[in-house]
Amino acid sequence: MGKTLYEKIWDRHVVAQQPEQPDILYIDLHLVHEVTSPQAFDGLRQAGRNVRRPDRTLATMDHSIPTLNRDQPFEDEVAQKQVEALRKNCEDFGIKLFDLFHKQQGIVHIIAPELGLTQPGQTIVCGDSHTATHGAFGTLAFGIGTSEVEHVLATQTLKQSKSKTMAIEFQGQLPTGASAKDLILALIGRYGHDFATGYTIEYRGEAIRKLSMEERMTVCNMSIEIGARAGMIAPDDTTFAYLSDKPYAPEGDQWEQAQAEWENLFSDVDAVFDKVVEFDCSKVEPQVTWGTNPGMVVSVNGQVPPLEDLSLEQRKIAESALAYMGLEPGVRIQDIEVDTVFIGSCTNGRIEDLREAAAIVNGYSVKDGIRALVVPGSQAVKAQAESENLDRIFIDAGFEWREAGCSMCLGMNPDIAKPGDRVASTSNRNFEGRQGRQSRSHLVSPAMAAAAAITGRFTDVRGWPLRTGEGVTR
Amino acid sequence: MKALKTHTGTLMPLDRANVDTDAIIPKQFLKRIEKRGYGQFLFYDWRFNRDGTENEEFILNREPYRNATILLTRDNFGCGSSREHAPWAIEDYGFRVILASSFADIFYNNCFKNGILPIRLPKEQIEELFSKVAAQPEYTLTVDLELQEIRDSNGMTKHFEVDDYRKHMLLEGMDEISATIRHEEQIDAFEQQHRLYYSL
Repeated sequence: MGKTLYEKIWDRHVVAQQPEQPDILYIDLHLVHEVTSPQAFDGLRQAGRNVRRPDRTLATMDHSIPTLNRDQPFEDEVAQKQVEALRKNCEDFGIKLFDLFHKQQGIVHIIAPELGLTQPGQTIVCGDSHTATHGAFGTLAFGIGTSEVEHVLATQTLKQSKSKTMAIEFQGQLPTGASAKDLILALIGRYGHDFATGYTIEYRGEAIRKLSMEERMTVCNMSIEIGARAGMIAPDDTTFAYLSDKPYAPEGDQWEQAQAEWENLFSDVDAVFDKVVEFDCSKVEPQVTWGTNPGMVVSVNGQVPPLEDLSLEQRKIAESALAYMGLEPGVRIQDIEVDTVFIGSCTNGRIEDLREAAAIVNGYSVKDGIRALVVPGSQAVKAQAESENLDRIFIDAGFEWREAGCSMCLGMNPDIAKPGDRVASTSNRNFEGRQGRQSRSHLVSPAMAAAAAITGRFTDVRGWPLRTGEGVTR
Repeated sequence: MKALKTHTGTLMPLDRANVDTDAIIPKQFLKRIEKRGYGQFLFYDWRFNRDGTENEEFILNREPYRNATILLTRDNFGCGSSREHAPWAIEDYGFRVILASSFADIFYNNCFKNGILPIRLPKEQIEELFSKVAAQPEYTLTVDLELQEIRDSNGMTKHFEVDDYRKHMLLEGMDEISATIRHEEQIDAFEQQHRLYYSL
């Protein structure tokens, strides 16, 4: 019997198998950031242990750092301490760190792919649930807790039991005007945000093959929002082309050898998945969430769903979400006005995302009274955007142009939405309080967020009159 | 890690589904670099009003639930962020057992590493326990990990599933890293034959 892509990668990384116990799985790349690592390093110190493979460990700062005035001491002393702890830990244990001013600093899930560190067939972990992003390269990548961060630091392995496997077969073409973000939101909306708990998903089908690497990363990034442990896409020519010119990609003969190996990374025709789901993406429209989890989502032309059709249990959940969001059943999505717009995060902070948003913004102005932020996912994304003059488009329109980091996606730094504020956000979670206490998040694509900044309400970008100008590529 | 063999305690009914780790411990408390002391921030936005006073409406602030040690909740508990601060806060507050119809993966895993036993029960049984707590606020359960049972003083006994490895881990209070380090030679050997196309 054939193997799934997941099984092929798994089998290649098993260090030891013991009866009645999880496998010991080798980890190729361990990504570290300031929030989920300090207690792990302390654990190592207390036990007198070292980092086994500092050369397979990479650290950066992203979650709690400010996106303004970085040359000043942080306003938040606790965050400052956390960043200093990472600095010291990396120094003490010999780990490469992309510090605040490093030209490669950025969100951990943005920088590893853009450096070419994320390569097909690897195992990648990080103390962050959106590690699933790297699965876009045909990589087994998943989020871990701090105890496991310590385990990986000490042993370069993890004790892991295999998850179940799910194939999601996308049928049809993603229509023009609908983005990868809309695709994944529509999928989560259809099946619910805990549908894939216990599974690793492989996204398949023609529509997936046609996506760029940036778009594939957006899809895999949100695998956790459907409950999955990880999400992955088999590598192909798009993957190889993306990787070929990256700083850490192999060169010459090494490249030939690597590519030959990577070309075998696909699920065999006779491989058996525990679950197979078919999803027609030919009718996907721009999506907007209305509730307090990513599965509470409808088309921009839709309305907050009426509650009559729901089960009693579901109804209770929806009512509580609507009370928090300050919305009533039946409200048209396009009548919902926003106060804040956030473009960035590991879901949508890559260069393509900024291009998409800039194309909408070009020649327009942010509506009066709206606070709009663009936070590039990395310093490299920021530099690239500036070389394309995208920063001018945003700034001229009235957006704030910030330094790279996670920023308002989770509001651990000073970029938080105020209580009651309604945010059009390109991030990945709309949980209560996620972007600031009592703030109300609506998840959308970069283009939809850009349009909302200009009109002040959710607007279907498919009819958007583009104003062409210099420096915009689309 | 703290071992857990049997545990007896009062149930706190948290009648919500999809409780995410942002709600269990909001992000502003993730900046601390310590591993202890998170109990004071557990369910912070629900537990405290904006002026810092206690929200009397929230179940945890009502007697007899302040000192409850078993958390009863619904579907998909612990979804969202991988933050281990969530189980740290739950354990630090004093909870040792969580009963729910389902848990998010990373959270479930994190519980075992912090001396918390997350128990999955069928929806009907969760519903039944909610009714029992409603009828008797000081409802108490004994959780026996060895036998994989929960019992009450009225003679009710329910079996639960847990995989052998995790059960063993919690019964022994096992140090997983030490156990893995015993395989060091195998890790060395693996690294000898394993190829990677970069070095940092």
